[in-house]
Amino acid sequence: MAHAQILKESNIDFLGKRRIAAIVSGALMVICLLSILFRGFNFGLDFTGGTVIELGYEQPVEVAAITTTLADEGIVDATVQYFGSNRDILIRIAPQEGEEASAELSDRVFRLLSATAETGIELRRVEFVGPQVGEELREQGGLAVLFALIGILVYVALRFEWRLAVGAVAALMHDVLFTIGLFSIFYIPFDLTVLAAVLAVIGYSLNDTIVIFDRIRENFRKMRKGTVIEISNRSVNQTLSRTIITSGTTLLVLLALYFLGGAAIAGFSLALIIGVLVGTYSTIYIATAAAVWLGLSRADLMPVEKEGKVVDDRP
Amino acid sequence: MNQYPLWKNLLILAVILFGLFLALPNLFSQDPAIEIKAEKGEVSAATRAEIAAAMENAGVPVKAIEEREGGRALIRFEKPSDQLRGQATLERTLGDSYQHALTQSPDLPGWVEALGLQPMFLGLDLRGGIHVLIDVDMDAAVTQALERFTGDIRTLLRNDRIRYLTVGHEDGRIAVRFREESVRDEATKLIRREFQDLEVTAGSEGGDYYVYAILPPAKQEEIKGFALQQNITTLRNRVNALGVAEPIIQRQGERRIIVQLPGAQDPARLKDLLGATATLEYRLVDTEHNVQDALDGRVPVGAALYYERNGQPILLKRRVIVTGDQITSAAAGFDQQSGSPMVSVSLDGQGARQMRRVTTDNVGKPMAVVFIESRTVTRIVDGEPVKERVRSEEVISVANILEPFGRRFQTTGLDSSEEAHTLALLLRAGALAAPIEIVEERTIGPSLGQDNIDQGFRSVLIGLSLVVVFMALYYRVFGLVADVVLVVNLIMIIAVLSLLQATLTMPGIAGIVLTVGMAVDANVLIFERIREEIRNGSTPQASIHAGYDKALSTIVDANVTTLIAAIVLFSFGTGPVKGFAVTLFIGILTSMFTAILGSRALINLIYGGRRVKRLAI
Repeated sequence: MAHAQILKESNIDFLGKRRIAAIVSGALMVICLLSILFRGFNFGLDFTGGTVIELGYEQPVEVAAITTTLADEGIVDATVQYFGSNRDILIRIAPQEGEEASAELSDRVFRLLSATAETGIELRRVEFVGPQVGEELREQGGLAVLFALIGILVYVALRFEWRLAVGAVAALMHDVLFTIGLFSIFYIPFDLTVLAAVLAVIGYSLNDTIVIFDRIRENFRKMRKGTVIEISNRSVNQTLSRTIITSGTTLLVLLALYFLGGAAIAGFSLALIIGVLVGTYSTIYIATAAAVWLGLSRADLMPVEKEGKVVDDRP
Repeated sequence: MNQYPLWKNLLILAVILFGLFLALPNLFSQDPAIEIKAEKGEVSAATRAEIAAAMENAGVPVKAIEEREGGRALIRFEKPSDQLRGQATLERTLGDSYQHALTQSPDLPGWVEALGLQPMFLGLDLRGGIHVLIDVDMDAAVTQALERFTGDIRTLLRNDRIRYLTVGHEDGRIAVRFREESVRDEATKLIRREFQDLEVTAGSEGGDYYVYAILPPAKQEEIKGFALQQNITTLRNRVNALGVAEPIIQRQGERRIIVQLPGAQDPARLKDLLGATATLEYRLVDTEHNVQDALDGRVPVGAALYYERNGQPILLKRRVIVTGDQITSAAAGFDQQSGSPMVSVSLDGQGARQMRRVTTDNVGKPMAVVFIESRTVTRIVDGEPVKERVRSEEVISVANILEPFGRRFQTTGLDSSEEAHTLALLLRAGALAAPIEIVEERTIGPSLGQDNIDQGFRSVLIGLSLVVVFMALYYRVFGLVADVVLVVNLIMIIAVLSLLQATLTMPGIAGIVLTVGMAVDANVLIFERIREEIRNGSTPQASIHAGYDKALSTIVDANVTTLIAAIVLFSFGTGPVKGFAVTLFIGILTSMFTAILGSRALINLIYGGRRVKRLAI
């Protein structure tokens, strides 16, 4: 039967390389953790609090002129930058020690710049987040990730087996750590939408893991012969073309989003692109390997035989 | 083999048709519009004709003027610039008895509207507008209640001629000091009887005898809940006065209030109005004592030092005759004689009685009007946010009481007619029961909103097309089926969003994009299974059957776990995260329906019930 196929029937010894993978992943995790601990995140306004003002000028303007105007009025430490073109200006003002942190600051800035500008200014966007709100959002974000992981752990443990559940959650933590680690290492702005993306990564990566676990369970029940490693390898290979196609189509959409979706969701798409790539890798090398390492055996995945019920998937 | 019973096909068809139907209103464009509401009664046909004439005179092109339910009228425009000019024209044409608000209205044909169908509700980031999160200072509400009780206890003891030394409150506890034990015991009984909300205990300290009173926790909670509710009501009144269509004012959590004004464009005015706690107090001027003594630090008992707007110090009696709470209505205008801006005020029954009594007793003496403004600000001290209340009190007018007056009177001394307007509005809307602070603001200009919509839809469209092309090339007939299903899924998401009137935001669009990517997964799983079955030597029909069958549990498991993530996101998230979670949740459910049932039905129609030699997969 002739059909387009990315992969001919593959038979790659994925699990044979699990030690190398474990070392590489382990090293990466350590780097990510160190960066998160010592370098921290370039938290966006949502988490730090502060003010962001986006202005549209009719004529090109000088960033330096705006900075001076603001500084003359005592608004120092404002970051002024172009946003897209030299007529679009983005002003960031972090909450200052001892200064008043209030929603009125943006009004002051806009009035000030309107008064000194030679041409009209359009107020395109204002975001103000008070310091206490930023702190709450950070807490809530961490809690959300934690609860999502716990919920998933429970579901997978109920549906499959605890070793697989631990493997799945290990893979998820790997993905989350790696994604936010990259945001820390490259100091990419981390805002609420990135947090949402991290949670979506959890969902996505899990999707991938479940598909392979499902196949492992099926193969254990079907194949009478073969070691745990052989059967796991077989399962990864059988689902490989699906894994690649799904990741591929999802990446297609995400790339469209990243390049065409505008600045507002660029961080979101980037986090998901990283997450999808690392999620695909972790499914194979972390989730499955972890379950094998924890001593997954054939007996663990046999259907529970209930009294009077005939197991029907035997030939 | 591989045939659905007729009822199942019909059911799937019915669901899809219903979805198409619900999604239909989204096809029609949104007109910039102005909604007009009469303060009393309705906007009559004559008024509508008057508006049409005014618009024509002003050269503002109008698309249509419609009669709406509830006696309102809606003017549609072609362009947002026309809408703004139209608003200016309306301001000149219509008097105070009409309210008008900028809005957007889908240009739906009559029959769609008659069915009550509505397009998706766009979030502020897509349509432009102002979002404000307000923090209510609950502790201040409790402190205010304590202050009130302290005052009431003082009055009670004075009226009953019980001699006390001091009354005050500190750290949430009211303490009344007495010299003698017997007097204290008498007072304890009296206070207990009169204030059953308070927990009253007796004690002694340093040779003096005390009555302590605290607010029990349950009562404190009640006060807090009431303060929040009262603040929501007040904010709603204030926002309504601004003239914005479809404002959203709702409680979030224990102590927060969200205010969203779609289409509003003046955040400065909104924030001034929301946060303002301007009110008036009427007090008698203390003419018996010397102002200079007070300035030197010897403020006489029962009096307090104030300043007039020109900086002139003045001594006022401590007792307040009437406060802003007792004002039932207020209107701005100009004083007949002097032509200066004024606010005419009406009092409630109790306020009127007090005012009449005091003014009758004090004809010929001067009375002062105190203008009180307070706001809460947060400063960062040592890295921690610290709340501070800034309160300003100014005497805006002092006038001799010419004759006793009661329910209605005028107050002058305001700087400008704008100040008079704002004060009247604040007095009308009622006072805030607890001080508030704006802790988050997001304003999106209308042009940026449009940019976001354009960019969002373009990226969805391009991402979707790429996937569609790939699937068709890779899985051929089955790929085309997956494509049809994908488009149907998109329509279903839009249908559910329209039905629930859930808010679609930019992250929401991202959520849709993500489900588009993931919805393909279900079909990929099925098709790969079918290919496997074929490789293993099964017949085409058996392969289709086994493919769908075996992939099902995988698809359900995978989607349920993503649903868990979506639910967690929804319950923990605020704003953008919530918007993402909503579309992700809906998208997963609709994609399960379309990818499993929908695609199977199509495949069955194509291949089912006949002899098939080979599958185009």
